[in-house]
Amino acid sequence: MARIPEFIKETGQVTRFTGRFFSTGLKPRFEVKELLAQCYFIGYQSLPLIGLTGFIMGLVLTMQLRPSLVSYGVESELPVMVGIAIVREIGPVITALIFAGKIGSSIGAELGSMKVTEQIDAMEVSGTNPFKYLVATRVLAATLMLPILTILSDAISLFGAYVGVNIRSVTSVRLFFTQVFDSLSFGDLAPAVIKTFFFGFAVGIVGCYKGYNSSKGTRGVGTSANTAVVLASVLIFIIDLLAVQLTDVLGLN
Amino acid sequence: MEISTGSSMSEKKIPEDRETVIEIEHLCKRFGENVVLNDFNLKVYRNENVVVLGKSGAGKSVLIKCVIGLLKPDSGTIRVLGKNVPELDHEDLDKIRTKIGFLFQGNALYDSMTVRENLEFSLRRQWIKLPQTEVDALVKEALGNVSLPHTADMMPAELSGGMLKRIALARTLILKPEIILYDEPTTGLDPVTAREIDNLIIALQKKYHTASIIISHDMNCVKNTADRVVLLLDGKCYAEGTYRELEEAADENIKQFFE
Repeated sequence: MARIPEFIKETGQVTRFTGRFFSTGLKPRFEVKELLAQCYFIGYQSLPLIGLTGFIMGLVLTMQLRPSLVSYGVESELPVMVGIAIVREIGPVITALIFAGKIGSSIGAELGSMKVTEQIDAMEVSGTNPFKYLVATRVLAATLMLPILTILSDAISLFGAYVGVNIRSVTSVRLFFTQVFDSLSFGDLAPAVIKTFFFGFAVGIVGCYKGYNSSKGTRGVGTSANTAVVLASVLIFIIDLLAVQLTDVLGLN
Repeated sequence: MEISTGSSMSEKKIPEDRETVIEIEHLCKRFGENVVLNDFNLKVYRNENVVVLGKSGAGKSVLIKCVIGLLKPDSGTIRVLGKNVPELDHEDLDKIRTKIGFLFQGNALYDSMTVRENLEFSLRRQWIKLPQTEVDALVKEALGNVSLPHTADMMPAELSGGMLKRIALARTLILKPEIILYDEPTTGLDPVTAREIDNLIIALQKKYHTASIIISHDMNCVKNTADRVVLLLDGKCYAEGTYRELEEAADENIKQFFE
C-alpha cells in the first residue's frame, strides 16, 4: 500500500517524459546522423539474436503442436496453425520481449552511465539538447526498428516451423508456405505489425526514462537497466492485451 | 587590496575600468530544507581568475552550475555577459553557453567517442557548415594547447587521469569561450600533474584572456591560479581578497583553510 503513491508519482513522471518526447523531441533540428547510427545499433545489430530466437521459436512451436494435431487427425493443418500463431501473436510478442531485454537494458545502462558521469550535463553545456540527441533518436529508432525486426523474425520463425514439420514428415517449401499464406489475411498481419510500433516505442521510452533519470552511482545504473527491462516487458503485455481487445472490437479477430 | 568579510565586501573593490563578465546578486538556492546558497554575491571581471574556496558540500559546484544554467536558482540574478541566465529560454541559453566553457570535476568526456570526436562534437553542433579542414585545424590547436596532439584517435579509457583532465580542458577551449568555469580541476591528481594543470590554466588565461571561476579546496591550486579568492561559507560570500591577504587573516573561519 505504501508504494501506491510512489507508483502514481512515477507514472506521472513517465507520462511527462513521453509528453516531452512529442513536444520537443520531434521538432527540428533533427539529429539524423545519430538516428541512423541508433537504427544500425538497435536494428541491424539485434538481428542475429532476434533471428536465432525466431528460428528456435518456430521449430519448437511446431514440434510441440504436432502430437496434439496428430491425436485429432489434423496433422496436415500444422503449417496453418503455426503460421497464424507466429504471425498474429507469438512472433511480435516474443520478438518484443527479446528486444526489451537487449535494447531496453542497453539504453537504460548507457544513458544511466552518461547521467552519473555528467556526460549528459556536458552535452547540455556544449549547447546541445541532450533530450533530442539521446532520447528522441533512441525512441524513434526503437519504434521504427522493432516492426522490421518482427517481420524478419516471423519469416525466420516460419522457416524454423518448416524445418520442424520436415523432421517427422516430408513437406515441400512451396506447399508449406502456400498453406501458411492462404490461411493468413490482412486482419492477421496488419494489427500484428501495427502493435509492434507501440511495443518498440514502449521499450525505447522506458529505457530512456530510466537511464535519463538514473541516480545513486553505479548501483543506480544497474537498477535503471534492470527496471527498464521489467517495466518494458510488462508494458508489452499490457499493450498486447489492449491490441487484442481493439482488434476484437474492430472485427479483425 | 584589503581583505573584506561579509556580504557587502565585494562592493568595495569594483575597479571602474574593468569589464564585468559575471555578476551574481542575492543568489539563493536550496534543496528541500538544505539551504546551499543564501544571498550570495560575486562579480567576476574579464581576464581574471577567481577561486571560490569552501568546504565540501558548501555549494561551490551548485554555484557554477547555476551560472551555466544547469541548475535554476530559487531567487537572485546571474548576469553573464549582460544576460540574466535564469530568465533565458533554451535558445538564448544555448547561445550564451557557447561563450562559457565548463570543466567538469569528473571530466565528463563522452566515453563512446574518440578524443577527436569529443572535441569535434561541440564544434559540429555550433558551426554546422564548418569545413573539415578548419575543424581539423581547431582540434589540432586545442590538443596542442594541452600538449597532447598524439591522443586524437585514442579513446578516453586509454588515457590517464591527468591526460583526461587536459583533454577535457581542450574540449572546453575549442569553442574559444570568454568565460571558463572549472569544477575542482586538480581533484584526484598527483601533485606534479596538479601543478601542470594549474600552469595550464594560467597559460590559457594569458593566451585567450578569459575570465574564470575556479572551484577548489586544493590550496596549492588556489595559490597558483587565483587572482582573487572568495570564501564561500554558510551559503554566503564570507571573505574576499588575494591569496596572501586571506592567508594572513586573523579570522578563524578563514585561517582553518590555510593551516
